[in-house]
Amino acid sequence: MINQISLFLENRKGQLAEITHLLADNGIDMRAISIAETADYGILRILVDDTDRAAEILRENGNILTLTPVTIVGVPDEPAALSKLLALIADGGVDIVYMYSLFAGANGKAYMVFRVADKDKLAEVLRANGIAKVTKEELGLR
Amino acid sequence: MATYYQPEAECASREEMKALQDERLVAQVKHVWENVPYYRAKMEEKGVTPDDIKGTGDLHKLPFLTKDDLRDAYPYGLMGKPMSDCVRIQSTSGTTGKRVVAFYTQHDIDLWEDCCARAITAVGGTKEDVCHVSYGYGLFTGGAGLHGGSHKVGCLTLPMSSGNTDRQLQFMEDLGSTIICCTPSYAEYLAESIEERGLKDKIKLKAGIFGAEAWSENMRRDIENKLGLKAYDIYGLTEISGPGVAFECEAQSGMHINEDHFIAEIIDPDTGEVLPEGTKGELVFSCITKEAFPLLRYRTKDICILSREKCSCGRTLIKMTKPMGRSDDMLIVKGVNVFPSQIEQVLIEQGYPANYQIIVDRVNHSDTLEVMVEMTPENFSDNLGKITEMEKALVADLKAMLGIYAKVKLVAPKTIARSEGKAVRIIDKRKI
Repeated sequence: MINQISLFLENRKGQLAEITHLLADNGIDMRAISIAETADYGILRILVDDTDRAAEILRENGNILTLTPVTIVGVPDEPAALSKLLALIADGGVDIVYMYSLFAGANGKAYMVFRVADKDKLAEVLRANGIAKVTKEELGLR
Repeated sequence: MATYYQPEAECASREEMKALQDERLVAQVKHVWENVPYYRAKMEEKGVTPDDIKGTGDLHKLPFLTKDDLRDAYPYGLMGKPMSDCVRIQSTSGTTGKRVVAFYTQHDIDLWEDCCARAITAVGGTKEDVCHVSYGYGLFTGGAGLHGGSHKVGCLTLPMSSGNTDRQLQFMEDLGSTIICCTPSYAEYLAESIEERGLKDKIKLKAGIFGAEAWSENMRRDIENKLGLKAYDIYGLTEISGPGVAFECEAQSGMHINEDHFIAEIIDPDTGEVLPEGTKGELVFSCITKEAFPLLRYRTKDICILSREKCSCGRTLIKMTKPMGRSDDMLIVKGVNVFPSQIEQVLIEQGYPANYQIIVDRVNHSDTLEVMVEMTPENFSDNLGKITEMEKALVADLKAMLGIYAKVKLVAPKTIARSEGKAVRIIDKRKI
């Protein structure tokens, strides 16, 4: 299971920089980053190489966060690939809460990170369609 | 030349006034003892009976009343007359969400309106005037009080209430309003609107009666310049009657207290000890003529100074300075009383830490209220919609508690300064 770190972001100058600085200082490598925001606050969503350690460090520094299980799917880098995948997910009756893309790998694939209402159901849909979930190892996550 | 609405009271000699107060206080204590069991119990607890009160010199023997008492006795516990004798209710926001409800007989309404009529007359109002009342009408005492006073003076009364600035300005211009009654911040707003529209020459205002909010001498000069009128202060509170408990005269140097109806004392807020005139302390009022809501020794929590220095207007009524602050932490925002404890209660109920900060500001002459709240691990979720829902629920509960909108700002934990001693809960940025 891949966990994403979801962190409360106050709308304040420099807060993002503080967090990335903290991770950098501790040698943590970020694989993906996404931000959801309102006018006054936001949620920072990151995938890092060492989730547990990063979470501990961030908490120790006064941040509020939760670990959110996400599903990552590799998508061929070609037209309509994502569209096809989303159609399959929709047909399978899985609600996508949000998604974002991961930095593309060297293998010609893009990676999509999905947060869904029912991750087991998504796993079933993917399995039924012969789509492999991306593993931690593939992304270099611990 | 100064004119008076009721010169026999406004210009009475000290001896006459004291004799009147003595007589009225003795009668009022008897009335309260016989009709208000809540206060009688307080007197008994202190070992005081009406026989101990022979005049104003004995006032200090009576127990105090506070807003807590109004809450405990809500809604009928402090009534001095049966409901059938009452003709009106007015109300204001109170602590812990319960409102202060004040009852009035026709006699009480009359004396309250008399007080407002004195205020209007003191700023030069006569039956020739057009009195434009832009205080809110309704439960708030502002509109009702000045409206009644304006009638008594015989002014042509425009019951405008607050808001709808276009209509305010149109009536002001078309009907030639000469006196305006509203909050000082609304006066500033009207002044700017008049300036923007180039209406200044068409406005005939000569006097303004501005109260229900804190304002400064700078604001007075600014409003006077912009509106081309003389700006006067007025003081009051629903518990005691409403606006007109005290009013400013042409001298514009403090407000005359209508002491034939309300005896004022200044006490040390910590010890409750009565302080000599000229000393800064908490203002306490005893209503000596009101029937339905006859509060005795009610602590206003307003800090001010009383003075009996001779006034150039000829009135002998004692004068109070503008309130210089509060002996509690009450804020007045948009004319509404706001206690940090009310905000704290809502936060705790919704599972937020009691570590918060209240930021009050004035933007475009209108007060703003912002509550900074720290996010907690329990309340945080990866779902933005859920956080927004929680924030909305907090805003709704605050509105229900306070009666006004408060913006909620969610901040990261530990960002609100925790000081060693007393927490800095309130940041008032209003430059009044």
